[in-house]
Amino acid sequence: MRRVVPIGPYHPLQEEPEFFKLIVEGEKVVDLEINIGYNHRGHEFISPTLTWDQVPFLVERICGICSDSHPYAYVLAVEDCAHVTPPPRSQYIRTIIGELERIHSHYLWLGLAGHFIGYNTVWMWVWRYREPLLDLFELIMGNRNHYAINKIGGARRDIRKEDFPKIEKYLDLLEEKNAMFTKAILDDPVIRARLEDVGVLSKEDAIAYAVTGPTARGSGYAIDVRKDDPYDAYDKVDWNEIVFEEGDVLAKAKVRLLECDESIKIVRQCLKNMPEGSIETRVDEIPPGEGIGRHEAPRGEVFHYVRSNGSNMPVRHKVRAPSFMNIASNVVAVRGYSIADAALVLASVDPCYCCTERTFVYQSGKKKYSGQDLLKLSWEKTEKLKRRYKK
Amino acid sequence: MGNAKLWGLKKSPWVFHVAAAPCNNCDIEILDILTPRWDVERFGIVLVGSPRHADALLVTGVLNRKNLPRVLEVYRQTPKPCLVIAIGACACHPNIFQPSYNVIGPYDKYIPVDVYIPGCPPKPEAIILGVVKALQRL
Amino acid sequence: MKKEYSKEMLAEICEKFPEVSIKIHSPRRVYMRISRDKVYDFAKFLFEEKQLRLSIATGIDTRDGMEIIYHFTLDEVGTYYNIKTVIPKDDLKIKSLTPFLPAANWIEREIHELLGVDFIGHPNLKPLLTAEAWHADLQPLRRDYADEHKEIKIDKKTGGLA
Repeated sequence: MRRVVPIGPYHPLQEEPEFFKLIVEGEKVVDLEINIGYNHRGHEFISPTLTWDQVPFLVERICGICSDSHPYAYVLAVEDCAHVTPPPRSQYIRTIIGELERIHSHYLWLGLAGHFIGYNTVWMWVWRYREPLLDLFELIMGNRNHYAINKIGGARRDIRKEDFPKIEKYLDLLEEKNAMFTKAILDDPVIRARLEDVGVLSKEDAIAYAVTGPTARGSGYAIDVRKDDPYDAYDKVDWNEIVFEEGDVLAKAKVRLLECDESIKIVRQCLKNMPEGSIETRVDEIPPGEGIGRHEAPRGEVFHYVRSNGSNMPVRHKVRAPSFMNIASNVVAVRGYSIADAALVLASVDPCYCCTERTFVYQSGKKKYSGQDLLKLSWEKTEKLKRRYKK
Repeated sequence: MGNAKLWGLKKSPWVFHVAAAPCNNCDIEILDILTPRWDVERFGIVLVGSPRHADALLVTGVLNRKNLPRVLEVYRQTPKPCLVIAIGACACHPNIFQPSYNVIGPYDKYIPVDVYIPGCPPKPEAIILGVVKALQRL
Repeated sequence: MKKEYSKEMLAEICEKFPEVSIKIHSPRRVYMRISRDKVYDFAKFLFEEKQLRLSIATGIDTRDGMEIIYHFTLDEVGTYYNIKTVIPKDDLKIKSLTPFLPAANWIEREIHELLGVDFIGHPNLKPLLTAEAWHADLQPLRRDYADEHKEIKIDKKTGGLA
């Protein structure tokens, strides 16, 4: 018998809060319906009412976790339209911030994935080592979250010479801790049992649904804007693209963990090779035309398209957020798994962090499971597995 | 009964997190205050999974047309007296989102708000201070 | 050596679809213009034979008509192939790409909702983003839209329509 288990009449995520309707047969999820729009604020509508230089502050607020990625892609798009090349030092600065943001975002996901499967220790530990990174952001840019580092034609702030050792010191700490997390998470039989062969997204589906980022790379679909279409300092540093073939949640977790190592590598090289010089070129006007900017955000490709008619405001500004495509792929990834796995699979594309606490399951108008109960289901499964492994 | 609720609220406020249409930064900072550096659970502040168990609502983000009915429903389900704490600049005023067709204004137009914590996003210290101030008002 | 668009691919496109006009903006940004009737076949050719990925589509309300840009990308060389087509405003219809390309599903719904373009053959053109209380004939991204949302009255008790 088919039943509908809706998750979250309102379910706020970053760019795309959603309403999932799990269609279940007993314990098994057979289909999924997604309804979004609860977080729709109309950025594309507001953008043409602002001047070119004001838009980065707007797009920064699309998502607080990728708050470097959207302005980054936007300034790349405008620079593409105006045929401007920013000075090399600013390119390195933008790359460093982009990579530090990736670490912060992957740690966020890792912590919450731990929370979803009932390993709050993972959550607390991972977030503990995320804190110094936020301090670094505050040190460099003056705010813990919205950085405002990107500016058309360069960077808004310089990284001071005396801050370099502090960044290096944090990277050393992080490298050690990342190795610890990788080992702790991958060697734990219970975590393995919870993540392995769960929520498998095959390569064919990944291509059909046009997913990007770790979701794609976890399914053996090797796309990464930083490699394919290098911008700023990415073609001047040496790093590897992490790809796993399995397509399950474990593969996605592995991609994210190992990517943090690569990010550390990139930041170190950037700090070492950073040239001296100015940090911005003056851009007086944007000529009529169009431009495309892309950046590999922690979740996948961010794509911005701008069209100019020569005035001081964009005519059209299109934003493609990675989750817009990635979330749609949940429809195939969640099919065939149990409700206890659903919270984890839906979270595996990294759509949301704090959502599960606020989800509700309604059945014919009456509340049946809250988000807490869904979490409980997930936790119980982990407990069961723990007992089984003890025997 | 009301007194007992008030007593519980002051001793150990259980909070429920309502995010309307945020950029998620305020929400992360709320989760952040639960993690080891701030650890607000030592003051008895617990994040709960249902508004029916909550003493205080932490509201973030701007309200839009689609989530307003849901936010009102959550507010209706919360036992009164309850505190409503608006976290972040968006919760106090739509600011940069004012021109949008889908954004319909600040929270205090629809539900009574006790404390405003501006900032984009407010620092965790500011959030803790805001909650403390809200409790002092009782 | 930076990777870029391939001349062979453009030559093949010109041979198979002679009416395409190609503009090369920069080595990795190619814009192509094609008539509305050919978009479906052209996109199918790019996706199925050339393995291009559909990144997103953009709808723009211009003076000449509704412009739709499908942003395809070839990831091996990091090149964007943008297919532009213009639909006259009195007949806002175009064939949907969703039947062979699931990735186009949501973005076509969004364009339908915010610009009012009908995608023929789309399985589910329900509103994606706007509220239940939103008037379906209001399309905020169109040029003639003038703050009509201010007239929608909201019931402060229920949050729905007054």
